[in-house]
Amino acid sequence: MKQTTKQLIKKAILSVTLISSVSLLSNSAFARMEDDPVETKLMLDKFELGRVDGDTTMAWESGLWIGQDLNKFWLKSSGEQVAGKIEGTETQFLYSRALDPFWDIQAGIRHDTTADAKRNYLTLGIQGLAPYYFETDASLSFSKKGQVKLNAAFEYEMMLTQKLVLSPEVELNAYAKDDKPMGVASGLADVEAGIRLRYEIKREFAPYIGVNWAKKLGSTADLAKDAGEDTSESSVVLGIRAWY
Amino acid sequence: MITNLDNKRRRFVKGLAVGGAVAGLGLTGCSTTQSLSSQSTKALKANHEAELTGKVFNLTIDEQRVNFTGKTRVATAINGTVPGPTLRWKEGETVTLNVTNNLSEVSSIHWHGMILDYRMDGVPGLSFDGIKPGETFTYRFKVNQSGTYWYHSHSGFQEQTGMHGVIVIEPKDAYPYKFDREYVVSLADWTDEDPKRVYGKLKKLSHYYNFNERTVGDLLKDIKKDGLSKTFGKRKMWNEMRMSQRDLSDVTGYTYTYLMNNSTPRKGWRGVFKAGEKVLLRFVNTSAMSFFDVRIPGLKMTVVASDGQYIQPVSVDEFRIGVAENYDVIVEPDGSQAYTIFAQSLGRSGYARGTLAPNETMTAAVPKVDPVPDLTHMDMGMDMSNMSGMDHSGMDMGGGSKKMDHSKMQMGNMAGGMDCSDPMHASMAACKNKDKPKMAGMDHSKMKMGDMSKMDHSKMKMGNMAGGMDCSDPMHASMAACKDKSKNMAGMDHSKMKMSSPMNGMDHSGMDMGGMDGMDKSSAKRVKHAATEYGPHVDMRAEAPRLGISDPGIGLRKNSRKVLTYADIKNLYPTKDKRKPSREIELHLTGNMSRYMWSINGVKYADAKPIELKFGERVRITLVNDTMMSHPMHLHGLWSELETGDDNYLPRKHTVIVQPGSKVSYLVTADARGRWAYHCHLLYHMLGMFREVKVV
Repeated sequence: MKQTTKQLIKKAILSVTLISSVSLLSNSAFARMEDDPVETKLMLDKFELGRVDGDTTMAWESGLWIGQDLNKFWLKSSGEQVAGKIEGTETQFLYSRALDPFWDIQAGIRHDTTADAKRNYLTLGIQGLAPYYFETDASLSFSKKGQVKLNAAFEYEMMLTQKLVLSPEVELNAYAKDDKPMGVASGLADVEAGIRLRYEIKREFAPYIGVNWAKKLGSTADLAKDAGEDTSESSVVLGIRAWY
Repeated sequence: MITNLDNKRRRFVKGLAVGGAVAGLGLTGCSTTQSLSSQSTKALKANHEAELTGKVFNLTIDEQRVNFTGKTRVATAINGTVPGPTLRWKEGETVTLNVTNNLSEVSSIHWHGMILDYRMDGVPGLSFDGIKPGETFTYRFKVNQSGTYWYHSHSGFQEQTGMHGVIVIEPKDAYPYKFDREYVVSLADWTDEDPKRVYGKLKKLSHYYNFNERTVGDLLKDIKKDGLSKTFGKRKMWNEMRMSQRDLSDVTGYTYTYLMNNSTPRKGWRGVFKAGEKVLLRFVNTSAMSFFDVRIPGLKMTVVASDGQYIQPVSVDEFRIGVAENYDVIVEPDGSQAYTIFAQSLGRSGYARGTLAPNETMTAAVPKVDPVPDLTHMDMGMDMSNMSGMDHSGMDMGGGSKKMDHSKMQMGNMAGGMDCSDPMHASMAACKNKDKPKMAGMDHSKMKMGDMSKMDHSKMKMGNMAGGMDCSDPMHASMAACKDKSKNMAGMDHSKMKMSSPMNGMDHSGMDMGGMDGMDKSSAKRVKHAATEYGPHVDMRAEAPRLGISDPGIGLRKNSRKVLTYADIKNLYPTKDKRKPSREIELHLTGNMSRYMWSINGVKYADAKPIELKFGERVRITLVNDTMMSHPMHLHGLWSELETGDDNYLPRKHTVIVQPGSKVSYLVTADARGRWAYHCHLLYHMLGMFREVKVV
C-alpha cells in the first residue's frame, strides 16, 4: 500500500516535471519571452500564533508559484500545530493554467496529514477572483480508495485605508465517505471562518491581528465528540503576511 | 519673425538653481552652428546637462552612478549624463551620430519622431541588430523636419534607467511665431528600483503601485450621498467586472520621482526670463510610464507645435502630455512675478515642477495635486444607450413624430442608475436639478443620429437647452456656441434642423464638425472584436467606444480650466496628401490588467504577424482602446495624421493617446519603405502591445 502511494507520487511528480520542462523549453525556443518572463512568487499568506484552551497554536498557509502569465506550477502548503505538535498539514503540487481572465484551473496531487494518518489525492480545482472580488480557491480531490474531498475557500479584502486591509474569509471541507483515521465523516465536515486586519508596511510585508473560528459539523462533529475533542474552537491570532 | 539674429546672442542661462535645461536667447537662424563639422559641447555647471550642436556627434552609452532620492543607483547615461545631452540639429542638414555602447548588454538609440531611412531608426530586430557591447554604430541621415523631438534606447528597460534625451531641430525657414527665449522642459519618471523588478511586481500584483484605491470610507461617503441601492448600482459593473475605478496608472509616485529637466519636485527646475519676453517652452515627455497634466497657474499657454509639427496656435490653461508626446508652447510671463510649471501625474500620485521667474530667487506657490478621479462607465467604452436604469426606449422617437416628448422619459429611473459625475450625463438637467421633472438640458451625446432623423427640434425651448448644455462637456465643447461664448446660444437655431432630409437644413455654419463627428460616431456604435480578443489574456472589450478626440480625458473633465484636446489641434499647413484612405485598419488595444498582459487585437508581439502597407498607399488606422488605461501609440517612420475634425489641416503626430474605452483614427501615407515599429509607448506595455509595420 505504502509502496503504491509512493509510486503514485513519484509518477505524478515526474510527469508534472516533464510537462513543465517541455512547456518552458518550448516557450523559450519558439517565442520571444521578453514580455512574459518566468517569474517566481513566494507567499506566506498566513503565519500566525494563537491560543486555544491554554495551548499555543501555530498555523501557516503558504504558496509558491513558478511560471508565466498563463501557465504556472504551484506548491501550496498549510498546516496547524498545537502545543508543539503538528495537528494536520495539507500540501499540494499543481499545474495551473489560465482558464479565463480571472480564473486558473489547477490539477495535481494533494497530500493531507493528521496526527494519526495521511492521505494522498489527485486534485482538480479552480482558483481566481469571482465577481465582487471574492478570492476563491476550490478543489475536488480524489483518493485511490474512492474518497472525494471538496475544499473551498473564499476571501474578501476591504480597504479601510490604502494600507489597512480587513479581510474576512471562510473555508469548508466536505467528504463523500467516512474516513475515521483522518477524523472525518461523509457530508459537510468542517467550516472555518476568520477575519484579519493587516497593515501593509510594504505591499510585501504586513503584520496582522485576527479572530479565527472553526467548527466541526455533522458526523464529523460526532467523531470528535467520541474522541473527547471539542467540536468548535475560536482564537485570537497574531501573525504576519509576506510575499516576494 | 525673429530671424538671423547674431549667434552671439545665443548663450546659456547661468546660475540655474538646479542646472536644468539648455536655454538660449532669441534662438533662431543660428548660422555658425551649422558650419561646425564636429560637435561642440556646452555643459551647464550644475548637473552637467549638456547641449550638443553640429553635424557629427560622438555618443557613448555607459553605466553611471546617480542619486535622485538619497540613494545611489546605477543609471544608463549618454556621454556621461542622465538624461543624455540635448542634440540641436538644423533642418536640411545631414547628421552623423557615432554611438558607442559601453554597456555589457545590447543597446540602441531610436530617434523618436524622425522621418528617416528605417535602417537608421534604431530598433533592434527591425532596423538593425542593435549595438553590441563595445561596438560603435554610425547613424547617418538627412534631417528633413524641424521641431522638438527626443531620442531614447529601444533596448530592454534602458529607457527607464535614464537613457533618453531631447532633440531640437532648428527650422530651415523662419519660425511661424515669435519668441525671445526658449527652454526645453523634459519630464521624466525615475525609480530607484530595477525596472525588471518593477515589471515582475506588476506581474505578481498588478495594483502593487496603486495607493489611490477606493476605500471603505469612500464607499460610506457614496452611500451617505447617494443611498445604498444607488451606490451599489453604480459600483455593480466594476464589481462584476473586477475592475478598479482607480486603475489610472500602473506605476506611480510610490516608486517614481517625477523629474522636470532632471530636477526633483523638492528642488524644482528654474527657468529665468526678462520682463516682456515671450518664452518658448519645449515640453517633452520622456517618461517610461507617466502621463502628465501640465499647467502654469496664472499663465495662458499658446500651443504652437505638437509632436514637433507646427499647429494653428491654440490658447489653453492646461494640457495632458502622454508618454513620448511633445508640445511647444509660448508663454508671456509678467516680469514682476514667478510662476510654477506644474506637471501632475495622471494618476495624481505626484508631480514634477519648475519655476519660471524673472530672477534666481523668486518663487511661486505650488498647487496641490488634483483629487484622484474615478474612471466612469464611459471610460470602459460602455454602450451608454443601453445601460440598465438608463433605458432610453422610453423616449418617444417614433417614426415621423414631430414632437420629441421628453416628459415620457422616466427620469426617476434614469437618475437612479445614472452617474451624474459622468461627463456623458452631467449635462443632463436631471443631474443638475433633480427636482425638475423634465429634462431641460438635452444631452446630445445620447442621441443616435439615425434616431435624430425622425426628430423635430423646432419645439424645443432653446433657452432651456442653453441652460442645460454644459460647454465643458467633451461632447459639446467643440460646438461653436461653446467656443465663442459671446454668441448667443439662441442663435443656434435647431428649428432649422430638419433631420429627415439628411442634415440638410441644419445650420452647420457655426458648428464644428469635429464635435459632430464625435456625436454620430460615438453614439452607441458597437464595434466588432476579433476572436483572438477572447480568452484569459483579455479582460475587457469596449462595446461602444466613443470618439475620444474632444475629451480632455479622465481627471481633466470639467476642471474649470481650458484643457487642450486633440480636437483643438489643427495643422498650421494644409494636409499634403489629400487622397482619401483606400482602406481602414482597425486595431484594438487589449490587455489583462490583473495578469499584466498587453497585446493588440488580443495577440502579443511575439505571436503577431507584421501589418503590411503598400508603398505609397494612404490608409486610415483606427485604434480602439479595449482597456481602462490610456495608451500612447507610437508609429515609427510614418506620420500619424490625426483626424481631429478638419481633413484639410490634419496635424501630424508621432505618438497618439488612445483614451480608455474610446477610439481615435488617423491617416497614414506609407511613403517610407522598410520595417517599422508600432507600439504603445508605456515601457511595461510595449513588450506585448507592439506590431511590426512593413511598408513594401
